[in-house]
Amino acid sequence: MQLLLIAPLLIPLCAAGITAIFWSRPDIQRPIGLAAACLLLGSSVALLSAAWAIGPLVGQMGGWRAPFGITIIIDVFSAIMLVITGLMAVAVAIYAMGPGAVERDKAGFQPLFHSLILGVAGAFSTGDIFNLYVWFEVMLIASFGLLVLDRTREQIDGGLRYVMLNLVGTIFFLMGVGLLYGLTGTLNLADIARLAPEIENQGALAAVGVLLLIAFGAKAAVFPIFNWLPAAYHTASMPVAAIFAALLTKVGVYAIIRVFTLIFAHDTAFFGPIIGVIAMATMVTGVFGAASHYDVRRILSFHIISQIGYMLVGIALMTPLAIAGSVFYVVHHIIVKANLFLIAGVIREEGGFFGLRRLGGLWVTKPLLGLLFLIPALSLAGLPPLSGFWGKFAVIRAGLEAEAYILAGVALSVGLLTLFSMIKIWNEAFWKAAPVAPTGTVKGDEPPATRWTRRERAASYVPIMALAALTLTIGLWTEPFAALSMAAAEGLLDRQGYIEAVLGTPQLAELTGGVE
Amino acid sequence: MNGVMKSSLILRTMAPLVLWLALPVSIIVLIQGHNNPGGGFVGGLVAAAGVIFYALGRGPEAARVIMRVPPATLCGAGILLAALSGLPALLDPSAAFLTHLWWMTDYGLGTALIFDIGVYLTVVGTATAIFLALIRG
Repeated sequence: MQLLLIAPLLIPLCAAGITAIFWSRPDIQRPIGLAAACLLLGSSVALLSAAWAIGPLVGQMGGWRAPFGITIIIDVFSAIMLVITGLMAVAVAIYAMGPGAVERDKAGFQPLFHSLILGVAGAFSTGDIFNLYVWFEVMLIASFGLLVLDRTREQIDGGLRYVMLNLVGTIFFLMGVGLLYGLTGTLNLADIARLAPEIENQGALAAVGVLLLIAFGAKAAVFPIFNWLPAAYHTASMPVAAIFAALLTKVGVYAIIRVFTLIFAHDTAFFGPIIGVIAMATMVTGVFGAASHYDVRRILSFHIISQIGYMLVGIALMTPLAIAGSVFYVVHHIIVKANLFLIAGVIREEGGFFGLRRLGGLWVTKPLLGLLFLIPALSLAGLPPLSGFWGKFAVIRAGLEAEAYILAGVALSVGLLTLFSMIKIWNEAFWKAAPVAPTGTVKGDEPPATRWTRRERAASYVPIMALAALTLTIGLWTEPFAALSMAAAEGLLDRQGYIEAVLGTPQLAELTGGVE
Repeated sequence: MNGVMKSSLILRTMAPLVLWLALPVSIIVLIQGHNNPGGGFVGGLVAAAGVIFYALGRGPEAARVIMRVPPATLCGAGILLAALSGLPALLDPSAAFLTHLWWMTDYGLGTALIFDIGVYLTVVGTATAIFLALIRG
């Protein structure tokens, strides 16, 4: 059990180490990378079934008892996030064997990719707030390396903005953690959760909450600190953009959900409205940003922001259904958004460009691609019976039940605007006639230099088809996924269960005696 | 514009001497680390400083030759070693990952030392990789 508990950390760590040892041998790196991703997925599924059956799984690293050592805790929500991380790792590891694989691997894609997965998995499994900060840093360093993989001017420009804004977020995080330590004298999340309602100075605790909200908000790209995302994502190479779109912002969302259900749950009257307003502003700005762009990558980047708003609705309302809706939405969004980025890469290979004005006629030449695009695109917009419909349905229904009519209304209308953006991509890239020989070049949007080989084509299409099939499955056979989300939400709202899982009941009594 | 052209005769002559001084010192710092000031991180930095001094005196290419393995390989081996040092603890089913085992307490021989060696290799690899990349241009 202890080995299984740390498997999501150990596997990517070892994979990063081994692929770094074979730095100049991509032929060795690739199978190791893919095998590690598959192992990660397998162990995460085992963890999910264990967490589902017996509740939160806890390990104290090095045998140092909580709250003094570092706790690794995997509850249903963490396990769901780990499974989806493993799934994305497999999909992107396959997709990364497509066009441009040789250059990417020479620049060190594999070690960096697994370091990124390590940071994400660490953030999902830690039970210690300072440790969470460390995993954020691991993620940041790895993602910066991945972002500037091609070493072009645009990438370094986008990468610098990305790093600067994320560092600002990190500083807020550190300040929040420092204050929190001053207030409670502990960094263990369960221990903080135990002490938080008893703190005399609730004003200071609210200040910590705001600092952490800014920090995690910067990671999750919420309004008004989302600028780094569209500045950076469209410059990255496609497998990198896909894994970023799938996981990076969602780690911020995960941190918001985890910390605000655990530490600030007793203060929903203060944080609920703030997060609600942020959620609405995020949904609206993201979707308008997307409507104004004509580059597939930029449209998709802005839609990430817009969708983050939906995930925050759960935390704003703090009801079981709303949180379950958020969890479901995160899972649905990761699958769909990553798939759309993967498809964007294929659109460029097939059509030559990312710019919508110069694309066209793909429906005639590539009907399969059109179909594969429609599944995630319509799911993103929330059309039944696809996965996005159920996500939006849960979130909006929770909003109506909590009588947050403005929130529900905004969520509904943003869904419509999302449909507009997706239809725009469909119309321009697939439906309209191909423009006669596009002239001139747009910086950062040159057509691929060589035609892709049969093998590269297969590597690109297989993960897209698998993810599209998964979107359909979640849409048509929703029950198990909804049940999982409900279990995750119950686990998140059961603070006492989390605290006891980490600290243990007898220990708890002993400790309360020791703290003044 | 490479390191060799710029460096003085004194620097060139001293480079290997400093390297061969830095390496044993770095090992001493590494080994005494557990209970005294030092450890894998500091030791790794001392060793990396020696290699970097060598690169300043004799040029980055010469430094790569004397390192024998690419910095990234050192870094990867270090990460792997540090990660695997936590595994022997799991032979005892009740123990957690990274619980340290001691074989000869008097000499500080245990999984903690293996972990520290991993840190040492990672730091040497990372520091030299960054520095050699910077002075290349």
